[in-house]
Amino acid sequence: MGKPSPEKTPIREQSPKERIKNFNEVPFGYSPEEAILEAKRCLQCKNKPCVKGCPVEVDISGFIKAIAEGDFLKSIKILKEKNILPAICGRVCPQEDQCEKVCTLAKIGEPVAIGRLERFAADWEAEHGKIEIPKRPQSTNKKVAVVGSGPAGLTVAGDLVKLGHSVTIFEALHKPGGVLIYGIPEFRLPKAIVMREVDYVKKLGAKLTLSFVVGKLKTVDELLKEFDAVFIGTGAGLPWFMNIPGENYNGIYSANEYLTRSNLMGAYLFPEYDTPIVRGKQVAVIGGGNVAMDSARTALRLGARHSMIIYRRSRVEMPARIEEIEHAEEEGVEFNFLTLPVGYHADSKGWVKEMECLKMRLGEPDASGRRRPVPIEGSNFKIPVDAVVVAIGQSPNPLVPSTTSGLETGKYGNIITDEQTGKTSKRGVFAGGDISTGAATVILAMGAGRIAARSIDKYLRTEE
Amino acid sequence: MNNILRKEVLTPEIKLFELECPLIAAKILPGQFVVIRSYEKGERIPLTVADVNKEHGSIIIIFQEVGKSTAYLGTLKKGDEIIDVIGPLGKPSEIKIFGTVVCIGGGVGIAPVYPIIKALKKKGNRIISILGARNKELLILENEIKKFSDELYITTDDGSYGKKGFVSDELKRLINEGRKIDRVVAIGPSIMMKVVAEVTGPYEIKTIVSLNPIMIDGTGMCGGCRVEIGGETKFACVDGPEFDGHLVNFDLLMKRQAIYLKEEEESFAKFKKEGV
Repeated sequence: MGKPSPEKTPIREQSPKERIKNFNEVPFGYSPEEAILEAKRCLQCKNKPCVKGCPVEVDISGFIKAIAEGDFLKSIKILKEKNILPAICGRVCPQEDQCEKVCTLAKIGEPVAIGRLERFAADWEAEHGKIEIPKRPQSTNKKVAVVGSGPAGLTVAGDLVKLGHSVTIFEALHKPGGVLIYGIPEFRLPKAIVMREVDYVKKLGAKLTLSFVVGKLKTVDELLKEFDAVFIGTGAGLPWFMNIPGENYNGIYSANEYLTRSNLMGAYLFPEYDTPIVRGKQVAVIGGGNVAMDSARTALRLGARHSMIIYRRSRVEMPARIEEIEHAEEEGVEFNFLTLPVGYHADSKGWVKEMECLKMRLGEPDASGRRRPVPIEGSNFKIPVDAVVVAIGQSPNPLVPSTTSGLETGKYGNIITDEQTGKTSKRGVFAGGDISTGAATVILAMGAGRIAARSIDKYLRTEE
Repeated sequence: MNNILRKEVLTPEIKLFELECPLIAAKILPGQFVVIRSYEKGERIPLTVADVNKEHGSIIIIFQEVGKSTAYLGTLKKGDEIIDVIGPLGKPSEIKIFGTVVCIGGGVGIAPVYPIIKALKKKGNRIISILGARNKELLILENEIKKFSDELYITTDDGSYGKKGFVSDELKRLINEGRKIDRVVAIGPSIMMKVVAEVTGPYEIKTIVSLNPIMIDGTGMCGGCRVEIGGETKFACVDGPEFDGHLVNFDLLMKRQAIYLKEEEESFAKFKKEGV
């Protein structure tokens, strides 16, 4: 074997011109030949820095070696030992900040395309109908309630049923998956894949109860009478607004609402689906994270002539994944940096028609280490808009914390949780994911779920 | 789950379902609502609950067919199942001894005011009920409400029953007669609630209204139902649906309720032609 190529094996994608007319997934995924070619780039280092870079400790070099050898079934088995949602993680994990960042090859060129290979193995398994369900261990007769079916809840549920506990997941919405289903668009994470992974957790033996709002239909205190432990993974579902004049005008959405309409309710297929959505021609999306990119790219697909990102800092400070920013740029999303919305103007029927903004400049670094944007006085200008999406973040949904006795919460309504164990201030109650940390990533929520599952198992066995 | 145990056609456009929802029935309180999705491609729509039958483990919903989602719902029959009934959502009504409470229901808004009347009466309040409808045919729950009211007045827009005029006219009359009124609860079309709040405002009579903005999840996740209360943005689904009527920005509410008028018409027309 010669030297590995300094570049990742390219992945075939829908062209930007084509894809902005549909909601289909952008990359097509590797063929078996491409996957083997890419897997062979892996140096199989002894110290495996990639494994340490993975929040759920996937045996990365192991699964890649199996792909290189053409044993795809073995590769997915290795993946699933640590990661019950590989098809999802392969698509939405920020690999560039985790496993791929520390890949030895990254020192001399591009790292191994770990995410693409993970996706390949998971998709190959699904396509070949060889999804293997591990045998269920003997029941421990312990019952666990998992509140929320997002990445944290699914991980906890999967891990605990594998250990022989009886698990019921309670989901408030009518479809499982949490942010994977309502938040991340079809073109980035096809919903059929989410359903496939949820189905796997069900096949492992977890029960799933939909349209069940914990905190309203039953409180956590009531669940504790039926269950030996409760895990809260209800996410960061409370959208932030900027509280600027005119923000409630027609056509102004939170990103949660915009994406929920399109993704969960199928509004992009209106009138085949009943839920409508404003199809703006001049859409401004406020924010610089992944949710902002998802919203701006959704707006294009809904027919926007101009889909604009409005961000108060500059390009380098944007928190979105590079891949998402690049995809948005290729598709024609316009970026307005150093721009701060200060208010809106509407027509007589209350429809937004202009966004008033201030120009910013970068000052000294702030607490986040990023240079603080400072408004330039008198620099007001207006941007014509007919739809706006506010994607500046969200905080933990207060519904469960506010209805649970003895549960300590932090400044942002987050549940105070021990990072090492997932324990909350309430005995028998554990938490993890965005409800503890505030809005973060799918894989971090899964990592927190893994930690919580371990300590729930310990608690159930030893009462500690 | 969510079986239709009983269906009644109250008026050609207003229908009543008794739904088997034991968990919701055990928990729901006056003033709270449920979100319903009636088929796979359907919307999630908020509906207030008119009554509870704890013995049957059931809730009563009453709805008017105003668009595709409610019209489709109206085609369901006894024995059919509704795929999603989610609740109880929102905060319950404040049920205390206030003294004399004027309870106003307009149109299909009479349905959600009924359980509040019942609870306030049982608590020991004196209840004056004012019910309004476009015409006699569209008036619902008159007999039920009569049972729990010390006085009952009815208005219709066309004078076909009760007094010709609006519920707010009757309220004005009571105030002008110098009647002692400790609280007003008004539920109905936004414009009705706005006018009621305008009538009671100068007299500083506490006026509670129940808002019905467009919603999706009903759990505070999307912010689609945001309303302005005393200049502050609130989410009707979790902070309400009841608010102090004197603080509500009704004009904004009505504008926001009209966001999808065009799409609603398109969807309804398609439904009438092709079904679901």
